[in-house]
Amino acid sequence: MSQHKTHKLNRPGEGKLTKFVLISVALVFLSVFLVLPLITVFYQAFKFGIQPYLGYLSDPMTISAIQITLISATTAVILNTIFGIAAAWLISKFEFPGKKIILTLIDLPLTISPVIIGIIFVFLVGVHGYWGEFFASRGIKIIFAVPGIVLATTFVTFSFVARELIPHMQGQGNEEEEAAILLGASGFKTFFLITLPKIKWSLLYGIILCNARACGEFGAVSVVSGHIRGLTNTLSLHIEILYNEYNIVAAFAVASILTVLALITLIVKKLMEYSESRDLEALEPAIAEVKA
Amino acid sequence: MFGLKKSFSVHKGFGLTLGITLFYLGLMLIIPLSTLFFKTFSLTWESFWATVTDERVMKAYQVSFGTAFLAAGVNLIFGTLIAWVLVRYQFFGKRILDALIDFPFALPTAVAGICLTTLFAGSGWVGHYLELAGIQVVFTQWGIVIALIFITLPFSVRSIQPVLEDLNPEVEEAAISLGANRWQLFSRIIVPELLPAAFAGFTLSFARALGEYGSVVFISGNLPFKTEIAPLLIVTKLEQYDYTGATSIAVVLLIFSFITLIILNSLQSLNRTWKSRN
Repeated sequence: MSQHKTHKLNRPGEGKLTKFVLISVALVFLSVFLVLPLITVFYQAFKFGIQPYLGYLSDPMTISAIQITLISATTAVILNTIFGIAAAWLISKFEFPGKKIILTLIDLPLTISPVIIGIIFVFLVGVHGYWGEFFASRGIKIIFAVPGIVLATTFVTFSFVARELIPHMQGQGNEEEEAAILLGASGFKTFFLITLPKIKWSLLYGIILCNARACGEFGAVSVVSGHIRGLTNTLSLHIEILYNEYNIVAAFAVASILTVLALITLIVKKLMEYSESRDLEALEPAIAEVKA
Repeated sequence: MFGLKKSFSVHKGFGLTLGITLFYLGLMLIIPLSTLFFKTFSLTWESFWATVTDERVMKAYQVSFGTAFLAAGVNLIFGTLIAWVLVRYQFFGKRILDALIDFPFALPTAVAGICLTTLFAGSGWVGHYLELAGIQVVFTQWGIVIALIFITLPFSVRSIQPVLEDLNPEVEEAAISLGANRWQLFSRIIVPELLPAAFAGFTLSFARALGEYGSVVFISGNLPFKTEIAPLLIVTKLEQYDYTGATSIAVVLLIFSFITLIILNSLQSLNRTWKSRN
């Protein structure tokens, strides 16, 4: 880190004009595409003042949308975190054939259109789907009900925790874990006492990102939910309904909840990067000593 | 299990973590994906071909591919520029902007959709000025491009940024002291280094943009033959209980996202071997 800073001074200079133009272009682009949309959410949400804003949020339909969103996001986060930790442990600690295939499979949900993920579950567990008969005869409704929303959300956010953890655990090396194991610690003890403290920030960011994406999933959930108000409406779908009814301010009021969640995600990411660079700086004297 | 042989490792938990990983991958990923695979084989070639070559479907593909390509192209240029500015220059508010780059990634697509529509509508802050210039964004293909630029911006910036940070300053200093001018420095030294990452960012943006649904449906107006994208047509077919039609359109889209994924992976491994050779 500090190496970069000292070098920056020696970089062959660019003209002041070039620098000014490039920064201006970047600022205008980012203002139009990032800053203005962000301001728009809160401006529209509070257009009629605080009282109506709170009114929109405490509306029974909003409350039920929050509940369904929380149910599906919590399930998705718990399942994907367990999977993420297991997969990251497997990938970073062991060499075995098929490792690359597992890595590719983990990335796969990210490249599939959310709408396609939705129809896959309709085909699989919908009334006319392969397993539809099986569940219907037992009185279990999945598509156009909450379980379908949970399934679709979990699939869409499948990769997030694993993708955060794998590069971090691979980059940190395994020496400390090896020492712990050789000193007789059990696998779980090694994980909770050695690995977990090392990965806590990337794990937290992975969970928060997974949570934010799960709460905001739209395409896949829209296909499997059936848009039944008060029964299968998540926050994202509720926003769509309000917006299409020209209830713009209410739509933005609900959207502001999810926007705050997105901003928290960005803050956690910054905190993670900050704590990482601090750890790295703390290590620097030791590295210099070893080099000398 | 499956005749897997791992090489020696002192670490514990191979069986447990492999078990969890394979079980979860199988249940949550392989079974659902194979459903689509089986569904595809239940189609007849004639009905598949008839759906896919239908005029409205062809037009939707055209809109999807065209707008995704354009958005990825815009982000290739502006993403590189923004990454450059964030890595090389110091200015007020830089840290906040740097953090905000990931905003589209964390923001739900539906929220992005209504934000951009409000902003770029004729009555919106930006749309008002565009309308004065005679440009209509909302309910046109430009609106789709705008939404896709927003959604894929983090992918291009974050692909290029680390490469720029790792660029060895000594090489640039050497080039300058050997008499290269600024343009030569940029085109001969920096661009070749950036190219693989920039192209990877482009491919990732393109793949994401191709499947994007949530943000686009609000801003595009969803007019058949004009602003109807392929994912939307899948939903439309599904709502009409035309399952074969929906599957056919989905399969074509899926094949293209797999192709881009393969291109991306081979690019990354190409980049790695190229780096290790140097």
